[in-house]
Amino acid sequence: MADLGRAALFVSLGLALYATIVGAWAARAGKRRLADSAGNALLAALGSTAVAAAVLVAALVRHDFSFVYVAQHTSTELPTGYSISAFWGGQEGSLLLWLLVLTGYAGAAVLLNRRRAPDLVAWSVPVLGAVSIFFAFMLVAVSSPFATQTAPAEGEGLVPSLQNPYMLAHPPLLYLGYVGLTVPFAFAIGALLARRTDERWIVATRRWTLVAWTALGIGQLLGAHWAYVEVGWGGYYAWDPVENAALMPWLAATAFLHSVMIQEKRGMLKVWNVLLVILAFCLSLFGTFLTRSGVVTSIHSFTESPLGPWFLGFICAVTVGSLGLVFLRLPLLRSKTRLESLVSREAAFLYNNLLLVALCLTILWGVAFPMLSELVHGESRTVGRPYYDFFLRTFGLPLLLLMGIGPLIAWRRASLRSLGRMFFWPAGIAVVVGAILLALGAGSSTPGLAAYTFCAFVLASIVLEFVRGTRAVGSFTQLVGRNRRRYGGYIVHAAIVLLALGVAGSGAYGSSTERKLSPGQSLEVGGYTLTYRSLTQQRAANHVAVRAAVDVSRGGEVVARVEPGKNQYFAEDQVSNEMAIYTNWLRAEDVDVIADQIDPGGAIYFKALVKPLVNLIWLAGLVFLAGALVALWPDAREQRRLATRYALVEA
Amino acid sequence: MTAALVAAAAVVLVAVPFLREPAPRDDSLREPREATKRTLALAEERDRALAALKELEFDHRTGKLSDADYRELVGTYRRRAAAALQGLEPAP
Repeated sequence: MADLGRAALFVSLGLALYATIVGAWAARAGKRRLADSAGNALLAALGSTAVAAAVLVAALVRHDFSFVYVAQHTSTELPTGYSISAFWGGQEGSLLLWLLVLTGYAGAAVLLNRRRAPDLVAWSVPVLGAVSIFFAFMLVAVSSPFATQTAPAEGEGLVPSLQNPYMLAHPPLLYLGYVGLTVPFAFAIGALLARRTDERWIVATRRWTLVAWTALGIGQLLGAHWAYVEVGWGGYYAWDPVENAALMPWLAATAFLHSVMIQEKRGMLKVWNVLLVILAFCLSLFGTFLTRSGVVTSIHSFTESPLGPWFLGFICAVTVGSLGLVFLRLPLLRSKTRLESLVSREAAFLYNNLLLVALCLTILWGVAFPMLSELVHGESRTVGRPYYDFFLRTFGLPLLLLMGIGPLIAWRRASLRSLGRMFFWPAGIAVVVGAILLALGAGSSTPGLAAYTFCAFVLASIVLEFVRGTRAVGSFTQLVGRNRRRYGGYIVHAAIVLLALGVAGSGAYGSSTERKLSPGQSLEVGGYTLTYRSLTQQRAANHVAVRAAVDVSRGGEVVARVEPGKNQYFAEDQVSNEMAIYTNWLRAEDVDVIADQIDPGGAIYFKALVKPLVNLIWLAGLVFLAGALVALWPDAREQRRLATRYALVEA
Repeated sequence: MTAALVAAAAVVLVAVPFLREPAPRDDSLREPREATKRTLALAEERDRALAALKELEFDHRTGKLSDADYRELVGTYRRRAAAALQGLEPAP
């Protein structure tokens, strides 16, 4: 079976080479059948990579320890679901997932666009092929999941923290996001190579970007929830380099999804949009490099590996090559129109772009700093939470405010009188909410109070937008149906407001305490009393679960019993922290209880945290998905308009 | 054996364009001519101007755009749309 997997990967590599070399020649020489053949090579690469993936899944499910990868990441007692998730639990498997998703996206992009924009697809195929070559080569020559050995009696098992239902969805969604950014990159580079800087590459890739951006956003929120319930430290985002690695391309793609509208509506920002697409793709490669190279210490990263220099070389080649091409094509990318006013919707988009990119680059600096300091000073210095929190407040709060301001301003220009009329209610509501919160004691955190006030402003402006729009059009469904992207975007803005409320609430107004307790003793936190009652031990399929029974009381009344503890995994010979959470829905807060150290005598060092509004973060995920789906839903009117436009080219 | 089948299937898929059209009349990739590129640019300009007119109307009705700005901008974009449409009309 391993031979089949290896052979299938060789075929994928050969097909990727064909798609790149023959595809580039066909595009340059204008050979139609050869260009189609190169596109088909990407479809065939999807098939052969799927065969390789099927071989690995079969080996994982059968616990075939003659595969080194299977022996390193599963054990006979590992449940089947987690055995399958071990596919992306290790370095070689996750590289194979990269290639599988990449060829899947490439095949779909070729099939869906080759009729509408054959000349553009012909130039995009070699770019998609070149990226596929890199990953196929890594799998064939540097880090193969099909290395074999004499099968040991038992495998090493899967890292305990990965034995969580969230791990079935979080990594694949992140990959759908990371890899999906290859498609807009390939079409942008294809358009530059072909000297076709009209809007077709934007039309061809806008939806792909939205899909990748949605997957990346949901993937990150699932990862945050996994960290919250599984990692056992009571937080959901630690500004870990690998977490940041997923956030950076998402921020760049967010900037692109906003600025691309200016190109579509006004024909402006062509260079900026191409640069954002390149930035998002390079950051997705950088994220993969961080996870796989072992250059950073993170719970998410794999151990030190030989992949680092390869990735670094590839990222440098992509960056230099892409920027060089943009420079060569600058004359074709000049805009004919200019910004009419600094007080207009497009100007607000521009400010939003600058803030998003600034936030993205400051995070990049924070992530790269340890590597650069090691290179320059010989010792690795890291930047901590205060650095990131400072820049999140500096750029994040104005961004939040702009989400409310943007929708209230007209495209092109706005007069002072109309601005006053549009801002009156949202600003008034925000001031009243801010004053009430101040009176209730929210002034203990200035950034928290500012975030809450801005959130009230944004929510009011979104609601007013829907109300005014419905009045103007006459029907709510018609309003949304006629402009799904705009109103889907507003729903996504509402999700960001929920996220900001959750982050501000749990971060600025939370409370925590830690204490060693023996059975019968209690601790106080945020108005709750936690009483440690007893310690139990239970055997599960592949671990022993040790649990402490803790009563949660409020106002002298027991409201819940929670059971924090630890799991001792046999095959992995590792211990995981199992946090317990009590959710008080009435007060909209979580009580997190962590049994940090368990003494042999039964005494436990407990950590307890109260996190107000933290569940709004997870609710934000659902609203975000709903908004993204509204924006993604096909628009028949737009399809007709584009078909009419491109019929002119085909005629 | 299975590996050979995978390779053979890949070769067939790659060869499909040649198997389907062994001797095509035209094997050239459609290269947009300069005239076509101009037409496409005009079509994009027309669509942009028409979309702008719709937006101006919507922004005016929702109170975001003053009457004076609306009148001035509508004139500008009507002229742009008309010029693009004129450019797209086939020559007599």
